[in-house]
Amino acid sequence: MPRWGMVIDLDRCTGCAACEVACKSENNIATVRPDQADMGRAMSWMKVETKIEGDFPDTRLSFAPRPCMQCDNPPCVKVCPVSATYLSPEGIVGQIYPRCIGCRYCANACPYTAKYFNWFAPAWPDSERAHLDPDVSVRPRGVMEKCTFCDHRLQQAKENARAAGRPLRESDFQPACADACPTRAIVFGDLDNPAHRVSTLKNDPRATRLMESLGTEPKVYYLTQKA
Amino acid sequence: MDDAETKLRALPEDARTLLRPLIHTTWRFYLAASLLGAVTLWGIGAYVLQFRHGLGETGLNRPEYWGIYIIDFVFFIGISHAGTLISAILRISKAEWRRAITRSAEFITVLVIGFGAIQPIVDLGRPDRLLNIFAHAHLRSPLLWDVMSICFYLTASTIYLYLPMLPDLAIIRDAEIKAPRFYRFLAAGYRDTPEQRRRLEKVIGVLAIVVIPIAVSVHTVIGWIFAMTLRPMWHSTIFGPYFVVGAIYSGIAALLVAMVILRRVYHLERYFKPVHFDYMGRLLLLFSLLWLYFTFAEYLTAFYGSEPAEMRTFWARISGPFAVPFWLMAFCCFVLPFALMCRKAMRAPTGTLIAGIAVVIGMWLERFNIVVPTSVNPRFDLEPVAHYFPSGVELSILAATFSGFILLYMVATKFFPIISIWEIREGREVSVREVAERVADYLPTESAEAA
Repeated sequence: MPRWGMVIDLDRCTGCAACEVACKSENNIATVRPDQADMGRAMSWMKVETKIEGDFPDTRLSFAPRPCMQCDNPPCVKVCPVSATYLSPEGIVGQIYPRCIGCRYCANACPYTAKYFNWFAPAWPDSERAHLDPDVSVRPRGVMEKCTFCDHRLQQAKENARAAGRPLRESDFQPACADACPTRAIVFGDLDNPAHRVSTLKNDPRATRLMESLGTEPKVYYLTQKA
Repeated sequence: MDDAETKLRALPEDARTLLRPLIHTTWRFYLAASLLGAVTLWGIGAYVLQFRHGLGETGLNRPEYWGIYIIDFVFFIGISHAGTLISAILRISKAEWRRAITRSAEFITVLVIGFGAIQPIVDLGRPDRLLNIFAHAHLRSPLLWDVMSICFYLTASTIYLYLPMLPDLAIIRDAEIKAPRFYRFLAAGYRDTPEQRRRLEKVIGVLAIVVIPIAVSVHTVIGWIFAMTLRPMWHSTIFGPYFVVGAIYSGIAALLVAMVILRRVYHLERYFKPVHFDYMGRLLLLFSLLWLYFTFAEYLTAFYGSEPAEMRTFWARISGPFAVPFWLMAFCCFVLPFALMCRKAMRAPTGTLIAGIAVVIGMWLERFNIVVPTSVNPRFDLEPVAHYFPSGVELSILAATFSGFILLYMVATKFFPIISIWEIREGREVSVREVAERVADYLPTESAEAA
């Protein structure tokens, strides 16, 4: 059984946010009006966090793309009163949109603030509406949603591999953010499969995970900056 | 009306005074009721708006996911500890001064639980899927523990309100002063025979014991909803007992406010006597100290460890954007009630009213200070600090919850005697003698030589 994970090399990340945009269009993430975004209601399953250190002109800017950490011990799954959020056998934390009652307990339990709520019914500008992704369900008003490591791509990849009568290869299943990254800072694969790059990268001396001390066992690793 | 008045006059004195509100209603009552009713309807309108458009109508955002509704939920369930717990503890400890106050306390409990319990439903993104908590119950979720303990609590305290009211309902039925069918149904054939009375007291005795662990569990579990997450200043073992103490504290305060108002509007000066305010004031004093102790223990532990994530929330409360609600809470929950209740002269209706209102406000602020500062300061420090301004919809629903509860309580006093008639009578007829005997029994027996 694969254990899907991600390694993000912060030395390679330029903060271009291509991953954010790719994720948004891949996963039919609703567009939020500017006034709503100012209230803190913008949605971005993959979000490039920015950190500014020092004062002008001696400043240092660093970026960290933040998807769902896909914890092996996910705090959000524990607290859901209706099991709408769950851990799949392959290690992906999913959300059952038609079951979620919108209590937002999971969002409060997540230390990475990686979950998003639909405050209103989802909306898109016409230009975006024309090319919604038919493989990803649109979330109704009042439910939580989150990064799924592009789970729908995994289903397709499995079907394709089965049809071709061959095992699943690393290149068969890549989430939209990893696909879109121009500097290949985002590497994706099976953490337990020695043939996949992530299985070696995760043991890199620079590799670390967010808030490891909480014991959530994230499957997203960061390669910290060298300098 | 005249007929009812004649029948009322024929009753013994206690029943005559205590049943008077059931058939006499002043214009002030109607005025207050219509004002409260208007506010409640306004709030219902606000909820309809929210129901149609979504929770976007609130001021909530990411990561400020929980706001006014959850604060109200914790607050109102806390107030509900007024009745059942106080009344049960006083009954079990044979505190004879309880007789005049148990009923009004139990009514607060039963009515306020409902208003508390609907808050998380108002807070749901998909209230239409509420029944999923039964269809897909996930027992590891503290929210589900809460659903269970609140259901138990509501059931137990409703029974605990109803059964001790049976003899009074029978009195109203026999006096035929109001809605004969209604009271015949409610009195359920109770005739106050010695056998029925013996059974009733036995059941009340058992219930008073059963209800205490249930009441304690309710607010413990509400504390656990927060404590079970890894959020800074929520993830704390003190939360269970801290919430229970706060709940009883706000409950005593709410009961005092209710007693002062009832005493004034229904002229119950002969029932709510100085001794009641003195004793309840002492209880309030004790709980103000307990509150200080728990709050101090909680903040000192966080401060001394000074984990960065905890400290962000800590300073946000002490000197940051939440300094005003925090220090106002400290003033309302400790400084003012402690200063007032220390003095005997202040443990009277006016003093306890001021202290009671202060504590009710202070405890609401405490819930605010628990929910909001932690929510806007997520553990993940790359996230910007959020802000939260409750929207008009939230404030309307907040106002409607308060007015709806007060309205229902007022209406309840028009249908049920707010002081237990039979327990007062029992006090006069039996307890005075029993207590004398009991006290005599406490004393050392005289030795044979002395006799």
